[in-house]
Amino acid sequence: MLSISNLSITFTQYNQGLRRKHLHVITDLSLDVQAGEVVAVVGSSGSGKSLLAHTLLGILPTNAEYTGTLLFQGQPLTQKRCERLRGRAIALVPQSVAYLDPLMKVGHQVQRVAQLNGVSPAAARTLTHQTFQRYDLATNTQRRYPFQLSGGMARRVLVSTAVVTQADLVIADEPTPGLHPDVVREALTHLRELAEAGRGVILITHDIEAALQIADRIAVFYAGTTVEIAAAQDFSTGRLRHPYTQALWRSLPKNDFIPLPGNQPNPEQLPEGCLFSDRCPWVTPECTANRPALRQINNGWVRCIHA
Amino acid sequence: MLNAENLWFRYGTHLPWTIQEKSMAVAPGDVIGIMAPSGFGKTTLAKLLAGYLNPAKGNVTLDDKPLPKRSYNPVQLVFQNPELAINPRWRIDRILREGHPPLLRHLDALGISSSWLTRYPHELSGGELQRVAIARVLNPQTRYLIADEMTAMLDANTQALIWQVVLNIARQQQMGLIIISHDARLLNRLCPKCLDLTHTHPSEPNLDEMLPTY
Amino acid sequence: MTLIPPQAPLRRSRLQRLTLSRRQQTLWVIGLCSLFLLGIILSTWIIGDTGLNPILAQRNQSPSLDHPFGTDWLGRDMLSRSLHGMSLSLRVGLLAATISAFIGSSLGLAAGTLGGWVDAVITWIVDVFFSLPHLVLLILIAFAVGGGTTGVVVAVALTHWTSLARVIRAEVLQVNSSDYVQLSHRLGRSPLWIARHHMIPHIIPQLLVGLILLFPHAILHEAALSFIGIGLSPHIPAIGIILAESMRHLSTGYWWLGVMPGVLLLLAVKAFDWLGENLRDLLDPKTSQG
Repeated sequence: MLSISNLSITFTQYNQGLRRKHLHVITDLSLDVQAGEVVAVVGSSGSGKSLLAHTLLGILPTNAEYTGTLLFQGQPLTQKRCERLRGRAIALVPQSVAYLDPLMKVGHQVQRVAQLNGVSPAAARTLTHQTFQRYDLATNTQRRYPFQLSGGMARRVLVSTAVVTQADLVIADEPTPGLHPDVVREALTHLRELAEAGRGVILITHDIEAALQIADRIAVFYAGTTVEIAAAQDFSTGRLRHPYTQALWRSLPKNDFIPLPGNQPNPEQLPEGCLFSDRCPWVTPECTANRPALRQINNGWVRCIHA
Repeated sequence: MLNAENLWFRYGTHLPWTIQEKSMAVAPGDVIGIMAPSGFGKTTLAKLLAGYLNPAKGNVTLDDKPLPKRSYNPVQLVFQNPELAINPRWRIDRILREGHPPLLRHLDALGISSSWLTRYPHELSGGELQRVAIARVLNPQTRYLIADEMTAMLDANTQALIWQVVLNIARQQQMGLIIISHDARLLNRLCPKCLDLTHTHPSEPNLDEMLPTY
Repeated sequence: MTLIPPQAPLRRSRLQRLTLSRRQQTLWVIGLCSLFLLGIILSTWIIGDTGLNPILAQRNQSPSLDHPFGTDWLGRDMLSRSLHGMSLSLRVGLLAATISAFIGSSLGLAAGTLGGWVDAVITWIVDVFFSLPHLVLLILIAFAVGGGTTGVVVAVALTHWTSLARVIRAEVLQVNSSDYVQLSHRLGRSPLWIARHHMIPHIIPQLLVGLILLFPHAILHEAALSFIGIGLSPHIPAIGIILAESMRHLSTGYWWLGVMPGVLLLLAVKAFDWLGENLRDLLDPKTSQG
């Protein structure tokens, strides 16, 4: 349904006065999402995972330039098409209630989203009502303002905004920030249900454990590129392909809790070769010469010549 | 010794108590975990312990004296979101030097490279900024450090890296650590002692989220 | 977003090299607007009195190359008169707006930092000003002070500070309650130090933009007061006076007497608007990279 290949995004920024610098925030990123599956995008902050969401919604800043292929349902995803599709065929589950209108009752907001999708006002009201009921939100929740919602209720309202759209692709950007584990599990279950209903879901998160709870496949981002796309079970069975993914897995509190030292490269001066080469335990001279391509190994993809 | 005795706190006289009758004591070199989900007043508790808020009843003392109001507070707090705890108009170098200047070896250990110093906060990622926010309060004058969901927004690798360094420095400097988190596995890794607030007031509403933020 | 067709290599096309970057555009607009406004203000001294003396042989001429704005019923050059009038109006507007900005920022700062009853009183005054019709208040104050230049300056200064005071108060409250200012206290910094290093650098850009966006209001209201006759004295060629005089001649077909000075006023006001908007873009780290 969604297919991204070799997407690169460059930001042009001003240093001082009119001197410019180029930030390579996304480099050769590839990802595909099928209908009915949850693909989790996992990576640290600055790995480009939120920028991916911004690209798909057509809300990159004006100083961004991109190259590469973006196909949604077989058609190129241009800026114009992004604007036409967002909130309709491509929907976002926002991070927090801060994304809702603070002065509007939540029932109205969800209803308005439905109306934007061409549903008549009466049908939108019924749809909102049904959706709230499905998520165990009492009828009076519709009359509440965003700040009056508790953490769990807020999550369910935010998911409702995507559910009423009939969107084929749902993007959830960090939907579980600092929430109670029960609320996290509930929010993730709702995303899973969206996939079961035949939609494609992209779950953007820094939390691997949350991702593993519901995702079919996990795409690991590092310094703006896809280093590995693995099936969810590859993590627990120890069949991970890329050294960064392995390090990320090892550093979890439930595993070894041993970190890999170092930082992501500066987007102003990316290394010539593999973007992970300066931290990689397997590094060889070939790694620093050329950027490795994405290769298919064991039904997964990896960007490493040693995997 | 950092002592909190019988703390009570609420955000307004008409609102229910956020913190009721909480007491705790932390000795130098102690690492204590506080396990609580959002809405149970853990940020409020952290702010009370670090002198950001004044309790309605009860008091917080450091070696039997009240926390200093005007000079450097030896009890420091690191917030969950570094972007709010850093002036967006300042360069990193200036941010690091706002309190007591950090030790060079701490900067090295946290992986803060010298090229960051001349940059602005928006040019660093969240994980990098949080390291700056931590380095700012890791100097020897800090005797107790309260980490309020300090790594909740970071990936596993950065989280492990930061905690490895912070635990090391805390051990070297005999710093007391209070680690507040919703992540039981993380607390099990970090703390020999853990306080579970989850079941103390299960009927209380989610006050943090009920309050309008402005 | 600059859209490049998919799969096109990332290379600057010739067209892109010729067009100005966003930052360059912003700087050009700021430069041109400042130059235009400065030109109007200084024009009084550059052109002197030429064209202001009546030459009855050249009465009521429509705009031509010799007289781009035409001439009036006494044969005076309308361009010179308009420039003189505009220059005067700008100077009066600048004075009034500056005083107004000073009142607004002082009260806003006081409300935000002192809080308590000071904040309550200032907020109440702001609300009262907002609830009264703007123009009525202007006229009342100008009338009470006795009209004339002083009347205009006082009236405009006293009625335009409210929105700026509100903005400054909100900014002060927001910065004061921010985590980084709270932390600064715990790091042992004094309130005075925090005001100097955290607060003022945050407020100054807001103040600057607020001040510039006040100018067009001040100028328009000055013109309005003069137009209805309680502003500047009829002997001074302020833009409001010129417009008021032209009303008598509009019906006789001398459209340029009203239109040309009106366009000049519109341009000057718009120039301030553009200047303020672009300056705000430049000073705000969120938009300055665009």
